[in-house]
Amino acid sequence: MAQLFQSSIGRKVAMALSAFFLMVFLLQHFAINSLSVINPDAFNEVSHFMGTNPVVQFALQPVLIFGVLFHFMMGFILDFKNRKANGKSYVKYNGAANAKWASRNMILSGLVILGFMALHFVDFWFPEMNTKFIQGDWSGTAEGVEGLRYYEELRHKFVNPYRVGAYALAFVFLALHLNHGFTSAFQSVGSTWGRKKLLQTIGLIYAYVIPVGFIGIALFHHLTH
Amino acid sequence: MRLTLKIWRQENTHAEGAMVTYPIDNISPDMSFLEMMDVLNKELIEKGESPVAFDHDCREGICGMCSMFINGEAHGPDRNVTTCQLHMRKFKDGDTIHIEPFRAKAFPVIRDLVVDRSAFDRIQHAGGFISVNTSGNTQDANATPISKHAADTAMDAATCIGCGACVATCKNSSAMLFVGAKVSQYALLPQGQVEAADRVQHMVDQMDLEGFGNCTNTGACEVECPKGISLENIARMNRELLKAKLL
Repeated sequence: MAQLFQSSIGRKVAMALSAFFLMVFLLQHFAINSLSVINPDAFNEVSHFMGTNPVVQFALQPVLIFGVLFHFMMGFILDFKNRKANGKSYVKYNGAANAKWASRNMILSGLVILGFMALHFVDFWFPEMNTKFIQGDWSGTAEGVEGLRYYEELRHKFVNPYRVGAYALAFVFLALHLNHGFTSAFQSVGSTWGRKKLLQTIGLIYAYVIPVGFIGIALFHHLTH
Repeated sequence: MRLTLKIWRQENTHAEGAMVTYPIDNISPDMSFLEMMDVLNKELIEKGESPVAFDHDCREGICGMCSMFINGEAHGPDRNVTTCQLHMRKFKDGDTIHIEPFRAKAFPVIRDLVVDRSAFDRIQHAGGFISVNTSGNTQDANATPISKHAADTAMDAATCIGCGACVATCKNSSAMLFVGAKVSQYALLPQGQVEAADRVQHMVDQMDLEGFGNCTNTGACEVECPKGISLENIARMNRELLKAKLL
């Protein structure tokens, strides 16, 4: 097994497996965030469950953090190796003649997403970790908020138009990243499904509906606050 | 046709190269690209200058020797053709044409537009063959039943001429389309399946050793391949390697 992941193909497979995992996570994150628009009480309940359930907090969360870090680190390693494999640059290189922009710039879209992750962690994850693990408050309540606090905290974050703009921009790059990444992951694990019309259509829907949905949620809270 | 050629000139592997501009006139649109290069070289020789070194052999799209990066694309702007099959009618009178060697760390420039593609030979030597007893009692290959689909798919993979356009055009200098095609042409046939696990491991190991990059599935190689080798061959190679390593 270790030998497999030392080969170029093994590294591609590892990258694809972490991508599948992150795509499943993104889908459930989107489903939960959608509740904040449809049913704030349900959003509060689900957020509280996710934030306090020991299986989610102590088993799934570390796996998720590992998955995110692994995907980014492996992306940088592969990009570094690929740059090393290139000879002298071409004087004239017409990349647009044979490949989509999104497929040629995965590292760029990945870097924008990494920047977004930093903002997202500062906005939500670090304060959440502080409340629960440093202050020891697992109640899900806050001063001045009736009932659970998660919905109000979410709405408060999207008051600032610059933050909403930054989120929207990051999700445009996420859409581009997924536009190539979804079908590419299938190819990397040796499946030809990624070349089938049905999976390409599902990939396109996934790549655009979820990021546009996240932008819609941010805009909804910004405009209705 | 009157053209301006900007050609990469490099004395040897270790020399610094540079683009040199050559105006050229009286080019027929019916000439092949290599015939146009022959005209240029004749003019250079007559002027006492050093001709442009470039690889060529069969000039009918089979040998895979011609290897020019023309206006930012391997084998130029036409599809499913090698440089020798590219015709000047694909360009317009007055055009400026950039001509560079195939670029990859594993393909060092030997001189001008000639690159060393022996890395491909070493990958082939690592496993791109079947072991057959040829003492005289060899079984007729046609005696082994093979489905039409498998035979056709294997034949499609076997049409790879190893020109290196896939590497040259790939932003990662990956050789996976070439290796995928070579792995596939044997993996699809019963005669090749006996050694399939060893073959894919040895060929992928050699590919990595040669310093080619990782495939990121942009699909550029498939578009620029003069033989239209499908990306499905890369997926098949990935499957074959996973099978070999895990089962």
